[in-house]
Amino acid sequence: AVSLPFAVGQCGNQVGCRFWDLALREHAAVNKKGIYDEALSSFFRNVDTRSGDNGPDIYKGKICSLKARALLIDMEEGVVNEILQGPLRDVFDSKQLVTDVSGSGNNWAVGHKIYGCQYRENIVEKLRKTAEHCDCLQCFFIIHSMGGGTGSGLGTFVLNLLEEEFPEVYRFVTSVYPSGEDDVITSPYNSVLAMKELNEHADCVLPIENESLFEIVNKIHQMINSGKLGSTVKQNSLVTSSTGSGKTLQEKPFDAMNNIVANLLLNLTSSARFEGSLNMDLNEISMNLVPFPRLHYLVSSLTPLYTLADVNVPSRRLDQMFSDAFSRDHQLIQADPKHSLYLACALLVRGNVQISDLRRNIERLKPSLHFVSWNQEGWKTGLCSVPPVGHSHSLLALANNTCVKPTFIELKDRFMKLYKKKAHLHHYLQIDGMEQSCFSEAISSLSDLIEEYNELDATKGGPRIDPSRLKIAV
Amino acid sequence: MSIVTVQLGQCGNQIGHEVFSALCSDIRGTHGLCSKKENESYRDSCRERFFCEQESGVPVARAVLVDMEPKVISQALSTAARSGHWKYNSHSHFCQKQGSGNNWANGYSVHGPRHKEAIMDLVQKEAEKCDRLGGFFTIMSMAGGTGSGLGAFVTQCLRDAFPTSFILNHLVWPYGTGEVIVQNYNSVLTLSHLYQSSDALLVHENDVIHKICAQLMNIKQISFRDVNQVIAHQLGSVLQPTHTAGGGSGYSRNPLGDLMETLVPHPEFRMLGLRNIPQMPENSLAYSTFSWPGLLKHLRQMLIANAQMEEGIDWKVRPPHPGSSIPSTNKPLHFNTSIANLLILRGKDVHSVDLGSFQDPSLYTSWLKPQDAFNAWKTPRAFNKYEKSASLVSNSQFLLKPLDSIVGKAWNMFASKAYLHQYTKFGIQEEDFLDCFTTLEQVISSYTNL
Repeated sequence: AVSLPFAVGQCGNQVGCRFWDLALREHAAVNKKGIYDEALSSFFRNVDTRSGDNGPDIYKGKICSLKARALLIDMEEGVVNEILQGPLRDVFDSKQLVTDVSGSGNNWAVGHKIYGCQYRENIVEKLRKTAEHCDCLQCFFIIHSMGGGTGSGLGTFVLNLLEEEFPEVYRFVTSVYPSGEDDVITSPYNSVLAMKELNEHADCVLPIENESLFEIVNKIHQMINSGKLGSTVKQNSLVTSSTGSGKTLQEKPFDAMNNIVANLLLNLTSSARFEGSLNMDLNEISMNLVPFPRLHYLVSSLTPLYTLADVNVPSRRLDQMFSDAFSRDHQLIQADPKHSLYLACALLVRGNVQISDLRRNIERLKPSLHFVSWNQEGWKTGLCSVPPVGHSHSLLALANNTCVKPTFIELKDRFMKLYKKKAHLHHYLQIDGMEQSCFSEAISSLSDLIEEYNELDATKGGPRIDPSRLKIAV
Repeated sequence: MSIVTVQLGQCGNQIGHEVFSALCSDIRGTHGLCSKKENESYRDSCRERFFCEQESGVPVARAVLVDMEPKVISQALSTAARSGHWKYNSHSHFCQKQGSGNNWANGYSVHGPRHKEAIMDLVQKEAEKCDRLGGFFTIMSMAGGTGSGLGAFVTQCLRDAFPTSFILNHLVWPYGTGEVIVQNYNSVLTLSHLYQSSDALLVHENDVIHKICAQLMNIKQISFRDVNQVIAHQLGSVLQPTHTAGGGSGYSRNPLGDLMETLVPHPEFRMLGLRNIPQMPENSLAYSTFSWPGLLKHLRQMLIANAQMEEGIDWKVRPPHPGSSIPSTNKPLHFNTSIANLLILRGKDVHSVDLGSFQDPSLYTSWLKPQDAFNAWKTPRAFNKYEKSASLVSNSQFLLKPLDSIVGKAWNMFASKAYLHQYTKFGIQEEDFLDCFTTLEQVISSYTNL
């Protein structure tokens, strides 16, 4: 089953670039014989390029030329051009790109209304072509940031488009939320306008905060430089590292952070691509983690962040991995799921981990976690045999937890600060199709979402009254 | 007489593979502890029942493999072929690409009708290869989407297409905690539907088998493969050829029919539990000896006290005094009342066994005479390297508590309406859920009032 990533905007494409790089690395590590297999086909086409770029797809046999199943969309050329000149240039072709030159000026309305309208046909056509090459399209991934104009505005336009054109295909969105100190003043507007779209049209959203990524990167640097680690760290195991051991290319500043997000996506799709004793597909994630349609925001954590070079990993380290997954500093947003209320939790384990290890750790951690009364055993688990590069095992935890609430409340507050003064509003309202009601509806949608989380939080710690069962006349 | 196996979903295909491996490995050895003639007869009977001969001489399993994603079937096919001892027919499988998403409604209402023709076509082909079709054995889990939902649909199709054949559903009940969040919904939907079309549900609970792996098999890092191998051993002990009670000198010619006849006297009561002893790591087998009286004593107490394995049995539980008519509410606590029991004994000195303790009327409800409620099948040919092996297939209150727990949790979730939108979008409405709950509450009530 195929997953189709869309990278929209600068942030989206920078993350996307890391994603394809690491995906190639992961498959190269597993696929020793150079045969195009089922696993590869979920992300890549195999094209016969001997007679040029428009050669036919090869479905079996040796790998000829791998082309990523993707769409790269940006209203500025800088990032996409860089990708096309870099080591990944052969992985994409022009039929997968939608670009313009002037950018969206950090304005959601420009991205959504102007470029959306302008490029709709183009995007739909390229989407259809890409989908045609897919045997079975299961899921779309949108990778974007919320705070700018293109990723946020055009990205959510694409989300709408996907729902209209391919209603049965799942829509996962990886959204980078702006921090309080974001240098884009209008990022709260852009984010809240985008949130309404995510509320209504996404199946699952994985919110990411740069602050969290930054802290993780720092933590790793500290660990390496402090010399506290007894043995050497395996360089390629760092959740922040790129392919290529050579240091010839200066890593760009956001690369380390973006690698974390790329690894998130690789882990998320690992069980769909590789075999294991308990497979977990993307549609299963959506099914098990979204109890009510709008509560589809999942907090993610990845462990371990690095592996030491020693080969023997006692089960103590394995258990530590599970503990870490629930700790504050491994979450990809600034949140603390342990002290909030779980609606559902998924654990996707990779590598040499068996069902008894999983059960032992769930039993161990359960007592310290709060689950909603109607989902006391709300665990979804998956076991994938193939570990990530450089690791013997890894864990991705996805939590549907009320700890996202503070992120949304802060966003709402920042929005209101601007909105009350009507600051910068005219930049938006002057765009065709934008009205005051767009703003009021968006903030209303966000407020409703926050209220749903509030209602759930109110049940936390309360008395548990099980509803009475049906009575049968004997 | 031959049985066609239908493996459904990841669990069904993983277990099915282990079952055929176990059956094949059992007949390959000369450790039968019986005469050569007996051994050959056993082997031939097993082969006819579960395998088809091919020119290559490698037995081909009489099986249809169904899954909505390709990886598990692909593995099952290649692992079997690599063994060199048996294999699957390379055409007898059906798979799709996108899975069922743990969604019963998707499996039942979407995949079922969409792929009915292709799947039943494969089943028909396998059925035609049998000289005499003894029925169908389906293997599936309740927790996911394909085994459970598509499995329920396929069972219905089997019933419609083969109205006079026996259908035995092997059902795996998930761990109480943490395989699939919507597992209780999927379980309720599966059980209520299977109750309409299946003849009997033979159940294994992951929690129970896990304990066996941990405490009896001494496995440190238990994998699903370990769990599946224990299940395969237990199933093999039931499915391998045996002599039935009145059946002359040959092996039973109608295994599924005999099973149904002895164990399912009433359509309201279809749930069969399975206990098999002894169970131990292979390398301990040579050092252990057992006596039939000892084994039967343990099995009987396991039955009465509803113990999951031969360790930790509560010996204090006793049946009520015979003769007195005790209303069910006054029965001793924790006492497991049976409707019917079947003992399958395999190995050395099996004919000398005294089975009187199982014929005690106080073990049973009053509807059947003890001589009808209890049956024993004995075979001198030892099974799977165990010098003596005893299996108890029981239609009793074994599964009452776990069933009640599943229904309770599902109801709790249903009351909050959580996850219902995932089912309604594929056509399973709230009313459908209510019907299923009603069916199962009825089953629970019936078993409770034994």
